[in-house]
Amino acid sequence: MPDKKLKRVDIIFNEDCNCNEVLTNSLKKSKDEILKEILDSGLRGRGGAGFPTGLKWKFASQEAEKEKYVVCNADEGEPGTFKDREILTRVPLKVFGGMAICAKVIGAKQGYVYLRGEYQFLKADLEKSLEEFHAVLKDIGFDFQIKITMGAGAYICGEESALFESMEGNRGEPRNKPPYPTVSGFRNKPTVINNVETLVDSFMICRIGSQKFMELGTTDSRGSKLFSISGDTPIAGIYELELGMALEDFVEEFGDGDTKAVQVGGASGFCVPRKKFKETIIGFEGVPTGGSMMLFNSSRSMYNVLKNYVEFFEEESCGQCTPCRVGCQQLKKGIEAIKKGEKSASYLKTLQKLAETMKVSSKCGLGQSVANSFSSIVDNFKEEMIY
Amino acid sequence: MPEIKELVTGLADKHGRTRESLLPILQGIITEERFISDDALTEVARELDISAALVYGTATFYSFLDTKPRGKFVIRICRTITCDMKGKKQIINTLEDLLKIRVGETTKDKNFTLLETNCLGWCHKGPAMLINDDVFTELTEDKITEIIRDYMRNI
Amino acid sequence: MANTVNIKIDGIDVSVEAGKTVLDAAKKLNIHIPTLCYHEDLCVAGNCRVCVVEQEGVNNLVASCAIPAQKGMVIHTNSHKVRNARRHVVELLLSEHNADCTKCYKNTKCELQDLASEMVINEHMFMDLVPDKNYTTDKQSPSIIKDDSKCIRCQRCVRTCHDLQHVSALGVAYKGDHMKISTFFEHPMYEVVCTNCGQCVNRCPTGALIEKNYLDEVWDAIYDEDKHVIVQTAPATRIALGEDLGMESGSIVTGKMAASLRRLGFDSVLDTDFSADLTIMEEGTELLTRLKKALVDKDTSVKLPMFTSCSPGWVKFLEHTYPDYLDNLSTCKSPQQMFGALAKTYYAEKKGLDPDKIVCVSIMPCTAKKFEANRPEMRDSGYQDVDMGLTTRELAVMIKQAGIDFQELPDEKFDSLMGESSGAAVIFGATGGVMEAALRTAYEIVTGREVPFKNLNITAVRGMEGVREANIKLENVLPAWSFLEGVELKTAVAHGLTNAHQIMEAIHKGEANYHFVEVMGCPGGCIGGGGQPIPTTPEIRRKRAEAIYREDEGMAVRKSHENPEVQQIYREFLGEPLSDKSHWLLHTHYVKRKRV
Ligand SMILES: Cc1cc2nc3c(=O)[nH]c(=O)nc-3n(C[C@H](O)[C@H](O)[C@H](O)COP(=O)(O)O)c2cc1C
Ligand code: SF4
Ligand code: SF4
Ligand code: SF4
Ligand code: SF4
Ligand code: FES
Ligand code: FES
Repeated sequence: MPDKKLKRVDIIFNEDCNCNEVLTNSLKKSKDEILKEILDSGLRGRGGAGFPTGLKWKFASQEAEKEKYVVCNADEGEPGTFKDREILTRVPLKVFGGMAICAKVIGAKQGYVYLRGEYQFLKADLEKSLEEFHAVLKDIGFDFQIKITMGAGAYICGEESALFESMEGNRGEPRNKPPYPTVSGFRNKPTVINNVETLVDSFMICRIGSQKFMELGTTDSRGSKLFSISGDTPIAGIYELELGMALEDFVEEFGDGDTKAVQVGGASGFCVPRKKFKETIIGFEGVPTGGSMMLFNSSRSMYNVLKNYVEFFEEESCGQCTPCRVGCQQLKKGIEAIKKGEKSASYLKTLQKLAETMKVSSKCGLGQSVANSFSSIVDNFKEEMIY
Repeated sequence: MPEIKELVTGLADKHGRTRESLLPILQGIITEERFISDDALTEVARELDISAALVYGTATFYSFLDTKPRGKFVIRICRTITCDMKGKKQIINTLEDLLKIRVGETTKDKNFTLLETNCLGWCHKGPAMLINDDVFTELTEDKITEIIRDYMRNI
Repeated sequence: MANTVNIKIDGIDVSVEAGKTVLDAAKKLNIHIPTLCYHEDLCVAGNCRVCVVEQEGVNNLVASCAIPAQKGMVIHTNSHKVRNARRHVVELLLSEHNADCTKCYKNTKCELQDLASEMVINEHMFMDLVPDKNYTTDKQSPSIIKDDSKCIRCQRCVRTCHDLQHVSALGVAYKGDHMKISTFFEHPMYEVVCTNCGQCVNRCPTGALIEKNYLDEVWDAIYDEDKHVIVQTAPATRIALGEDLGMESGSIVTGKMAASLRRLGFDSVLDTDFSADLTIMEEGTELLTRLKKALVDKDTSVKLPMFTSCSPGWVKFLEHTYPDYLDNLSTCKSPQQMFGALAKTYYAEKKGLDPDKIVCVSIMPCTAKKFEANRPEMRDSGYQDVDMGLTTRELAVMIKQAGIDFQELPDEKFDSLMGESSGAAVIFGATGGVMEAALRTAYEIVTGREVPFKNLNITAVRGMEGVREANIKLENVLPAWSFLEGVELKTAVAHGLTNAHQIMEAIHKGEANYHFVEVMGCPGGCIGGGGQPIPTTPEIRRKRAEAIYREDEGMAVRKSHENPEVQQIYREFLGEPLSDKSHWLLHTHYVKRKRV
């Protein structure tokens, strides 16, 4: 049972933070000092996979190669996520600051923000903030430049290796791993790629200290994070909450009184039905999320929800590997056929097994995570799938 | 054709002629033309010295790099779940009535193209849509009628 | 040994070089792991996922073709989880696939079918997706048919066309369920930069890319009493055909091939080797003439280096990619086309045949030869010089269709007049062979002596290195060639169009200065041609090349100018190399083509 209660936090957007000062002070520290702070904080990536950020930076810093890159993943394409947009709108300097600090640790001179095409409208303002930021760096005498590269409408480009392919001017097809980005990323050089929020967290850890950050959250999920809350809720929006709360508390706060299920982590996350709200912890020890929380009340058909997700994956799969490309088409066609009565209910089992195969044999995280929503929705709302 | 050539050369001068410049150049064409024609792609392939088939393959990978003719204003309605729940269907119906086209089509006067797209990152304010690069959220039938009228007036 | 990695596969320890994959390691143990997107000639894609295996301690399966062996790995290639996943993967591929095997050219020669058969798939597990797809088939090219309904999207073709050929006529287009293999804007293959080399055809695991076959047309001609059907066989067919008829790679089947062609009912069984020798005479003379014009007459309109022109894939590549260099191409037609033009003139005249009734069929290691035969320039005899070009594979099909026990056939000889060959002609089939043959003749013309290499083997131009160079100093030349005294003849050889591209860039940038360059469109030269038996791998190419050089060494005549039938045709018909008659029948011109 979770011992954390729902608690609002104000770190990311915290306004009495003089970004230039934090940046100046942080860059004065040695790279080992910074690295230690990040490692100690227990910060894990906010983009979904939750890899320990300090370790990632450490790996990249250990690479002998001179040419290295820092990339900010601002592709935010997961359905139900919109917090990175808000961060980039309100506190871009913190994002850039996080990148500069990372650059200092790993020894990079060039950074990139990969901004999804849907956020084109943000670009002009970001460029303006960048000017200011570059000027500060110049004053400090720190040699680091950031460029903004635009995506063009492809969810898969949020996957790190696909993102590098896209930056290199190719189709966004994920690469084989290993090698991992810290060894061979953008231009096949050691690269740290972090989510927008992860970079802000890193920046703020440098300001408030790892201790303050660590005190929040649980052993597995340190700190707080931004939640993008949408669906059947009277107060949809972005909230920073301490990690480790029970879903029940969350629903209490944000639900409309009739919540039947919450999709935690977007289309590639898990669907938690009402009966499991109590036992479900939001965090890496329970159900992790990149921030997307979609609430559904009892008026909603979970069949429609699932179909919408599967259609999303069918279209957004890069299409290169068999389990994902064909699997998504089969899942969609299959649930439609069952719903129409063209296939018997037992075909759901076949589809469940297929989803399992997609999980274990797809080439990248997209195909591997289709089973998350598929199985959790089918398992918990079987009747809705059939009748 | 000569204008396309000029446009592509200009974009290549600006962004460079390496493979990495491919997306920015294609995006530049979209900004000007709303879609990338056969001629434009040929020109890009020539400028960057990349196989035309690979340029085509790259362009078609990205939803926003249309290779089919599009109108001056490309409307993309979010079809993902929360927007769907908040009534994207009615918005589409309204738009289809207003523009007298169906999803996927372009008006005869080549001013509007109506498309669906995946989550735009405004789920708390659905239904959401893009018209070219501009965002419109919390759409209602009235609001959408007004927006389209505005666009029509300003053509 | 610091650079080896020890892992365990199915309970057996194995050590491999660092950097090798789990698949490599399994091969070493003779453990068979099924693959589809993997091909020895190509970079690793890791997209079909049929090669997945279980790695202890890792939740998901790993693609054995893509994952490097790492110290201490424990791998299971046949666990329940693995079998399940593989079965699903094949079922998924089949559900997207128009599995009409009995109507498919690749029936019994298909890697997907093999896998389905291995898995004993009786009933399909998943729903049929084919009706939802708008698959199309492109049959417009004279060389290649592209049938999207048979494509499993392994991207072997795309990697072939890019990595090996630097053409990229094919790419991957769209994403998700719409992802497909496509030319530029889905134009027909015929209208794009495709060189028709057929390398993609050779590597496609299914029936999605196949040669356009002319089997019915050839049979019809054979059965037509009114027609005199002449067949010619390219140098590289005789060391590869056996592979499709149950023999080891590297088997030399020249005699059996001639015998089988006779049994199939061809009226004249002749040899492209004859016209290969002729090519050497014409091309060698052309080179010397160009050198004279350039060195003595200081004629700046003469283009050097001169490029060989016998590979139609290379010719079309140049026409698309370097149209400004067309004057560097030798004007010589390829041996196939020289043969065709002479079959309907010289041969007809000598044998008293009505050229109108002659059907000229060629057996080629190549799919581009089909295109070449159809070029409008190739009608100098007053007819289409070569009527149908078949691949080595198609000939094997005919032999099987006719119920011939190929391996038991006696060795027979080619018919006369255009059936005699020298060893120099045979080695045309391997990369470097044309160069070697040309040097054997040109050197002797200029100096009156044999090339100064042991057994006439010019090893510097042999081998599988992508680009090779050889310089030969011309000394003590005959008086007629005094302008060449002391000149160091600079030559280079490239095979596969990626290497051709490399050499062209070097020439274009002025970094390389050659007199004569041999380019073959396919890796390894014709022995690795797109029309050769499938599979073709580096190892198989090596064996075929060895066979070619063995055949050469065993020939009585090793130099083109000593081929008696070649001497005869100059005496009785052509006059001399580059005569008016040769120009009319044996030389051609080229066209500039677009780069899309
Ligand atoms: C299909 C797919 C889409 C992804 N999209 C995003 C994204 O939009 N933003 C993001 O930060 N990470 C995304 N990721 C995760 C990234 O691959 C990567 O793990 C992340 O950027 C690392 O940053 P972090 O460690 O700071 O989380 C995606 C992963 C997958 C498999
Ligand atoms: S899992 Fe899907 S998105 Fe990932 S590589 Fe395979 S097809 Fe592409
Ligand atoms: S490609 Fe293979 S599996 Fe498909 S129809 Fe042909 S033989 Fe059968
Ligand atoms: S055409 Fe053949 S080689 Fe190319 S992707 Fe399809 S199946 Fe693979
Ligand atoms: S035939 Fe050769 S050039 Fe044409 S698509 Fe195939 S590999 Fe490329
Ligand atoms: S669901 Fe429509 S903007 Fe996210
Ligand atoms: S053979 Fe390994 S993934 Fe295709």
